[in-house]
Amino acid sequence: MLKFLLRRLIVAILVALTVLTLSFALTRLSGDLAISIAGPNATQQDVEIIRQAYGLNRPLTTQYFDWLVRAVQGDFGESYFFRDRVANLIGSRLPITMTLGLVGLLIALVVALPLGIIAAVRENSWVDRTVMMVALIGQAMPSFWLGLILMVWLGLNLDLLPISGTGGPEYYVMPGIVLSFSAIPSLMRLTRSGMIEALSSDYIRTARAKGLSRLSILVKHAFRNAAIPVVAIAAVQLGFMLGGSIVIESVFAMHGVGYLAWESIGKNDFPVVQAVVLVLALIYIALTLLADLLNAVLDPRLRTA
Amino acid sequence: MSALLDVRNLRVTFGGTAAVRGASLTVEKGETHCLVGESGCGKSVTALALMGLLARGGKREADALSFAGQDIRNLGERDMSRLRGDRMAMIVQEPMTSLNPADTVGSQLTEVLRRHRGASRAQAVDRAAELLGRVGITAPGLRLGQYPHQLSGGLRQRVMIAMALMCDPELLIADEPTTALDVTVQAQILRLLAELQAEFGLGILLITHDLGVVARIADRVSVMYAGEVVESAPTAELFAAPQHPYTRGLLTCVPVPGKVKRGEPLGSIPGVVPRIPPGFVGCSFRDRCAYAHAACKHDIPRQHAGPDHEALCTLPPGWTDRAAA
Ligand SMILES: Nc1ncnc2c1ncn2[C@@H]1O[C@H](COP(=O)(O)OP(=O)(O)OP(=O)(O)O)[C@@H](O)[C@H]1O
Ligand SMILES: [Mg+2]
Repeated sequence: MLKFLLRRLIVAILVALTVLTLSFALTRLSGDLAISIAGPNATQQDVEIIRQAYGLNRPLTTQYFDWLVRAVQGDFGESYFFRDRVANLIGSRLPITMTLGLVGLLIALVVALPLGIIAAVRENSWVDRTVMMVALIGQAMPSFWLGLILMVWLGLNLDLLPISGTGGPEYYVMPGIVLSFSAIPSLMRLTRSGMIEALSSDYIRTARAKGLSRLSILVKHAFRNAAIPVVAIAAVQLGFMLGGSIVIESVFAMHGVGYLAWESIGKNDFPVVQAVVLVLALIYIALTLLADLLNAVLDPRLRTA
Repeated sequence: MSALLDVRNLRVTFGGTAAVRGASLTVEKGETHCLVGESGCGKSVTALALMGLLARGGKREADALSFAGQDIRNLGERDMSRLRGDRMAMIVQEPMTSLNPADTVGSQLTEVLRRHRGASRAQAVDRAAELLGRVGITAPGLRLGQYPHQLSGGLRQRVMIAMALMCDPELLIADEPTTALDVTVQAQILRLLAELQAEFGLGILLITHDLGVVARIADRVSVMYAGEVVESAPTAELFAAPQHPYTRGLLTCVPVPGKVKRGEPLGSIPGVVPRIPPGFVGCSFRDRCAYAHAACKHDIPRQHAGPDHEALCTLPPGWTDRAAA
């Protein structure tokens, strides 16, 4: 198994390097950086000064390696707009986004797993069909729209939750629900199909032949097997959700990295945008690696191979 | 006293197809009843139906189905689960896929005793280790901590056997329990079962393709063909005076020692087991039978060829003797 994980680790590092290179290339390809930093009213001289100050006059390879070394150390330079280190900005905003992502994932799992199990146990019944229908609708619903509906309903009509802003736990509920909607359908379908497969397997027949209780058959034997891919996909889903938080955070005005990215795009704050994209991509890569790891830990066939 | 297991006219259908069309058999306390027949004749389905373990879509009907004097036909899943694994246990035919891949052997063995007897973990582990030893597994302690994929087919099969014996059941339904085992281990398992019969009066319904095993350990044999038990008799009588032409076919194609490998499927009777359409009347073997005649197209009488010897055939009892003469 060590070999398997090592191979995955190497692949992850290669993908990360590719992402770094691409993000460097994109900023350089999107026109002369010095001109866009200087702004529309700058003189030729200003542009030249900026070029000097940011080292943009050096050969591209030098710039690349210099940038790469600093990026790997977590140094993304300084924001043009916020007058702060980009690393500090991201460091202060990331916990909010991560918390939101985890809340979203938690809600998604709490909803998707039981529903998936119930749908599998009652395969092809009206319960199953209803659950799958809801999943389909959930998947088709745009998240900003769902966000607005929740704001009106839970926030304004029922006055249960704060509509927007960053703050205590109650501020995470609504965005968490909205975020969870993107993950629920796939997690539920995976749970359902895994459970259906497990429930028709020979080892479940064995569990029944042993006279085990229904709960033990469903949870200890069937779900234990069905959960292996679900857990792994959940890790990947968390990555998607962090990406999705760019929309959600701006809808709910939560000051996470998604909101930061949204602000920075509007202000042409290149280093910040680049860093946010990079950090999210790296987190996504790390989560994919985690998924492989979880798979290996949960599946004895991989663990002991 | 009533039999430990009494089955009258068991029928199982999957959708439109009938897998079992009339199986009657009894297993007495301490008795070994062997069920034989060609592949696909419905032996496994019969066994699963008795345990209430049919796959989804399987429908079971019977004129009588009782275990230890209790009618279990309408027993709910909950009540059946109290019997299964405790008083009636089953060894299924597929040892490779019948253990949970995500759980250790030890956990899968001990949970039976913990469920039915409320045993402590330590007690259950002791019992599991003891049984693994008795089915011929060396280093049981090591095996208990392993996962099924780390075990060979033979080991898995023995784990399945041990699992069925955890609670000292009164009835053991064993579906080809020794196919993956070599001859010495097979002998050891059969010896173990014989010991348990002597000790606790274990009743066994054994499904096997191996007539050598039948001859050695069966008290009674039932022969199945196309979903029906076509003949049933005490072992010696069945071997000495088979009544049904199908039984006769099975016995004559018994391997000449040395010529056919042990454990090889039975049946070099010409033709194959037919699909029986719904509403079929008469003898299902008639198309392959050398002695078929007009009466075989009508209802077949259940004939007594001896006090304890029944056959589903139109030929008069004892016909084989005359045909051989
Ligand atoms: N789940 C199922 N759905 C539909 N048909 C089934 C199912 N299980 C078994 N059958 C059918 O029932 C018949 C009897 O099968 P069974 O497994 O009992 O045979 P068998 O006598 O045990 O054969 P073998 O010696 O190969 O184990 C077969 O024709 C099979 O196709
Ligand atoms: Mg079978």
